[in-house]
Order: sequence, then C-alpha cells, then structure tokens
Amino acid sequence: MIKDITQYFRKEMFPHIWCPGCGNGIVLGAILRAIHSIGWEKDEIVMVSGIGCSSRITGYVDFNTMNTTHGRALPFATGIKMANPKLKVIAVMGDGDCAAIGGNHFIHSARRNIDITAIIINNMIYGMTGGQYSPLTPTGKYGSTAPYGNIDQSFDLAALAASAGASYVARGNIFDVSQITRFIKKALLKKGFSVVEVISDCPISFGRINQLRTPVQMLEWIKSISVSKKVWEKLSKEEQVGKIPTGEFLDIDIPEYTEKYQNICINIQQERRGK
Amino acid sequence: MSNKNRLIKILQGNEACVEGAILAGVRFFAGYPITPASEIAEGMAVRLPELGGVFMQMEDEIASMAAVIGASLAGVKAMTASSGPGICLKQENIGFAAISETPCVIVNAQRGGPSTGLPTKPAQGDVMQARWGTHGDHPMIALAPSEVSEILYMTIKAINFSEKYRTPVMLLLDEVIAHMREKVSLPFPEDIEVIDRKRPTVDKEKFLPYKADTDLVPPMADFGSGYRYHVTGLIHNEKGYPTSNTQEIDQLIRRLTNKVELNKKDIIIEENYFLEDAKVAIIAYGSVARAAQRTVKLAREKGLKVGLLKLITLWPFSEETINKLAQQVDLMVVAEMNLGQIVREVQRAALGECRVIPYGRVDGELINPIEILTKIEEEIKL
Amino acid sequence: MSLKGNLKNYENEKILITVNEEWCKTCGICLHFCPKKVLVANEKGYPEAKNIADCILCMLCELRCPDFAIKVEKKESIVSHGQQNRDLED
Repeated sequence: MIKDITQYFRKEMFPHIWCPGCGNGIVLGAILRAIHSIGWEKDEIVMVSGIGCSSRITGYVDFNTMNTTHGRALPFATGIKMANPKLKVIAVMGDGDCAAIGGNHFIHSARRNIDITAIIINNMIYGMTGGQYSPLTPTGKYGSTAPYGNIDQSFDLAALAASAGASYVARGNIFDVSQITRFIKKALLKKGFSVVEVISDCPISFGRINQLRTPVQMLEWIKSISVSKKVWEKLSKEEQVGKIPTGEFLDIDIPEYTEKYQNICINIQQERRGK
Repeated sequence: MSNKNRLIKILQGNEACVEGAILAGVRFFAGYPITPASEIAEGMAVRLPELGGVFMQMEDEIASMAAVIGASLAGVKAMTASSGPGICLKQENIGFAAISETPCVIVNAQRGGPSTGLPTKPAQGDVMQARWGTHGDHPMIALAPSEVSEILYMTIKAINFSEKYRTPVMLLLDEVIAHMREKVSLPFPEDIEVIDRKRPTVDKEKFLPYKADTDLVPPMADFGSGYRYHVTGLIHNEKGYPTSNTQEIDQLIRRLTNKVELNKKDIIIEENYFLEDAKVAIIAYGSVARAAQRTVKLAREKGLKVGLLKLITLWPFSEETINKLAQQVDLMVVAEMNLGQIVREVQRAALGECRVIPYGRVDGELINPIEILTKIEEEIKL
Repeated sequence: MSLKGNLKNYENEKILITVNEEWCKTCGICLHFCPKKVLVANEKGYPEAKNIADCILCMLCELRCPDFAIKVEKKESIVSHGQQNRDLED
C-alpha cells in the first residue's frame, strides 16, 4: 500500500461535504503534504478549527481534532498548547472566523508569539451562511449583505500578523499549491506564532454574486489578482489596487511564549527551594 | 484528621477559592480582570507557576473560557473566574464544554446587574443565568457556598463534580463572601477526596470517545495520549462525528441532562437548621444563608418555630427536599438578593403544599437577619 | 489510491492515473489546468486520462484536486514512495 496523505484521513468521513471546486480540500491537501514531509506522528498533532465551511477540516483528519466555536480556534489552541507544549498545534480558520469574530484572538496570539500555526483559508466571504461579506471581501465586490458593493476596506492579514508580533507570515493561493505547501511546512516547523494565509475560492457564495460562477473562473481570477511580493513592491499605489501580494512577509526568530512561561516556572521553583 | 496541626489562616473568599482549586488538582487557570473576582486570578498567577501549572491572562473572557476547555482536553484540570458581565461572554463556550463534555469550573463572583451594574456590591441575580445562560438543553451543576471555609471545600467539590460528570460546574460566590476574610483551617491534601476523570482503558482502535458507561459518563482521553478523536460543538454520535440522525441526537441530549439529573443524590448538598419542628422554613443560599441562620436564632428566642434550609447546590435543584418540607411547614420564605429566581423553583417544587413567598433585596446591600424575621412575623399574622 | 470507491485506472508503461469517481465532484479544475490536456471529461464529467502519453507528471491535477479524487503515479516509484513530497524538496 502506498504511504500517501490518505493515511491521515478519517476515511469513513469521505467524500467531504465541501462544494465542487471548493479550495478547502486543496488547502487540506497542502497541509497534509507538509505534515507528511515533516514526518510528525498523528498522536502529537492537534488540529483546531472554529466555525464555517473551512472548520469542517478537522473532522476529516486522523489527529487529535477539535471543531470549536466561531472565531475561537486560537484561544482553544492556546489552552491546549500551554497545557501540553509538546503537542504540535495547528489552527485552521476561515476569513470571517479569523479576522472578524476571531480578530482579537488572532492579534493576541501573534502578540504572545505562542508556538501555534494559524492557517487561514481566505475565500473572501462567509460561505456557509450564504455569502455575506467578510472583513476580507475586497472593496467593491458583492455579497448577499453587500448587494450594492462592499464599501469596507479589507484587512491585510499578513501585515496585521507581522505587526502584532508573529514569527512567520506568508500568503499564497490555491492556484500555486506547491508554494503554499512549502509555506505551511516552514510555518509548522517555526518555533513561534506562524501564519499562512491562503487565498481560496468559493464558487457558490462568492463566485455566483461576483460573476465568477465556476471553480475554473474563480481560480483564473485568483491567479490574475495575485502578484508576488517582489512585483508588488514595484507597483504604484494605483496599480496595487485590486491585487494581492503573495510570498513570505516575515521569518524571524524571537522568544516563544511556552518557553518563556516554562522559564518563569523553573525560576520561581528554584527560588522557592532556595529559601 | 486532627485539627490541631492544621494550618490556620485568615483568608479572603477568593483566596480560599484558589487554595481549594489547587488542592483539587487545578493546574490551569485562564482569566480576565473583573471585579469582584480578580483576586482569584491574582492568586493563581502566584501559585500556579510554583507548581508548574499554567496561569494565563487572556485577551478577553471568551478566550479565557476557550483556553480552559482546551487545557482540560489536553488533560489538565482547568478553571476560570469572572463576574456577571464576563460570565455573559463565556456562555457560548460554556455550552461547548457541556456538549463536548469537557470538565471545567467557572467561578462567578456575583455583583449587581444587569450590565456593569454594581461591580463592588453583592447580588444573587445570576442564579438562572448559571442554569440557562448558554443556549439549548444542557446539564448544569452550580454550587453556592456561604462562608470562606465553605468556599474552599465547595471549590474542591466543584472540581470533583466536573471531573466525575464531565460537565462544566459553576461556583456562585457573591461580592461579600468573595471579599470577606474569615478563619480557615486548611486541610491536609490527604484529608480531602480528589476525583480525576475516568480515562479510557480500551484498545486505541476500539475507542469510542462518546460512548458512555453505565453511569452515563464516557471515559475521556487526553489529547496526545494516543487516543485520537474529534471534539465538536455539533451534535455528534458515539464516534464523536457530527450527526443528523434523530435517534442519535435525542440520545445525546437526553444523556447529557440525565447524567446530572440521575445523580442528584450525589450532587445535591444542603444543610438544615432547626427544621425538625419548624412551621416556617427560610430557604436561602450564599451570603444570605448566613443572615438567615441568625434569623432562625432570633425567631427561636421569640418562640417562633422557624428553621432554615440552606441550599449549597442550586443546580440541580433540591426538588424532593423542598417538596417534603412543604408538606411539613405552613410557610416558606425564600430570601435572596434578587427579585425572585430560586423562589420560583421553590414554588414549583412545593406543589402548592404550603405558602411560598419571596423576600428579595436588590439595592446592593446584604439582607439582614432582622428584615427576614420582620417579614416572617408579618406573614404569620396574615 | 488505497481507498475503496469507484476507482478508474488509466495507465501506460510509465504512469498510472487513478480517478476516484465516488469522490470526484466534477469541478473541472484538473481538466482546465492540465498543461498537456491529458485529461478529458467523460460523458458524466469525470476526468479520463485520454492522452496519458502526454503526461509530464507535473502533478498539478493531483495537487489542485479539492476532493482527493485523482492520483498520478510514476510506476517505478509506486512501491517505494508516493509523489507527495516532490514539491517540497526544492
């Protein structure tokens, strides 16, 4: 039998519930290839998700898994990681999940620089609830609650994570799967809070209302708006409008939270014994 | 069990809560600053690192509750503490703890409400919130101690119940007992019963994470222990996977409720004062029970046959005791610092066997013994 | 693919392409983005490796398949290890 990524599946759960062409499955594949390439044991991996289409991801993989409440994947993950720092903790979130209802947890997890990998599947819409606009819906695009076009500015999650204190930040898309797999692998291996945002599609809830009805149209569009970081930096402000830079934005080594906490414990215990 | 060598300390209620939690094996606390519960977090911040446990001040109340559940799933006894406004924020995740059957304790040092209300004054307005604050049908255990030493022991009980029944447990304090200082004789660890959750013993391949034993409680595996499973807030089957099968849904929701309801005898803690011959019963809990005890004494001095039923376990409710008592007494006075929460439960349980009247106070002051007595005297004359 | 299901094999002496029609949702991503037009939709919309001789083992169909429904294997490596990590080795 071939040892491929299907070894990580809870096979009875397949085929999965996602719509035809949904990027969630593509990102799941990338995550599993990255894990497979590192060679982590299933027992030491904890995958935590919030609520939404993307959050169903945890039901399909044979790790210690948790599908929590909307926006809260990271604080649940934080509790797990602090209680047992040996565990490899991965939080998978959607864009509404991570950046709207979970926005506070996202910046504070970055601020602590806790050794958790956050993977955000950004399909720029609330897919499961029927296509309401999210904090990552591009300005001017449509949603069921933005029938006249979205006037909100969208977050730059990568910039947000980097400025909040993360160790590793990268962005890719579901078109370039090799790239996101590479980013995810680096993020998983990074000691500290690591973030990989993956620009993804939602042909049903985003595509239909934005004239990108098929998965192929959506992928073509994602390809057309994505530019590498190097190219992006050379664009004028006007040229940058409507485009999304991809690549690695941050990769630094700074003190990690669980280690800092363990040091506190060791020091105080020594001090108490010394008395 | 000699008291002689025990360490005697003057402790604040919140400090006693910390001591109790640590004795019961709590090694994870996540919280967010709020009056009048902050001293619990402050105490934990000092004590837990000394023991290799984890204290975390999270970004908000919601995150605190989430982190507590996460830690518990990783196998560590976990607790949080807050007050009304913070408890409101925790409710969604308390529901998650209920459906995922994750042991955890939530302390609510009650203050006046609604909203910011009276942060530095006591109230008992969160009794129904404790029971029904999160949505959907779910079990709940809530304990309401009335003395500082009782806080210590009831914190241990709360942790034990949460572990034994795999369910969130609320410890309801109020601003007065949370901040009051009293003499506490600290028990030796060997003198107290500490209960740990059941862990699975079956083969890892055969493990069904939500298949309950005959006591309706499924054994619980720690994340990372080799028993890999899925935890979800969705209604799930015995395998832990989401289900929309009506039979499986019904089974789960009924089991969750029944594991507490059918174990009421174990969970309900109550105390009687002078109830043997009583014709009037005061029903009280928390700091009001202290005043009521004094009322009983004053009434007895006047020759009135007044007794007290002090409820420590508020949820599940002491229906059987109330019902029996209602057949004995002519009048029940339910004294509480709200406009009528437990009194409705008492009325329901009394089944019309006696008169049940509320005595409530919501001005931020404690109910005093005289006013309860006055109320009783007025009612007797009627 | 080691999973049960409605598996269709397409092969030549070098390459084995397996399509799991039970899992495939006929989204069309593999068909459209195959750089060599190896894959062609059959009457039900499932991909068929009609032009397997042109396959360059780029693996893009497998990597981009949201449903884990297509697998491309180089025959000599089937027993030793899969192709999963090729993209990570650079």
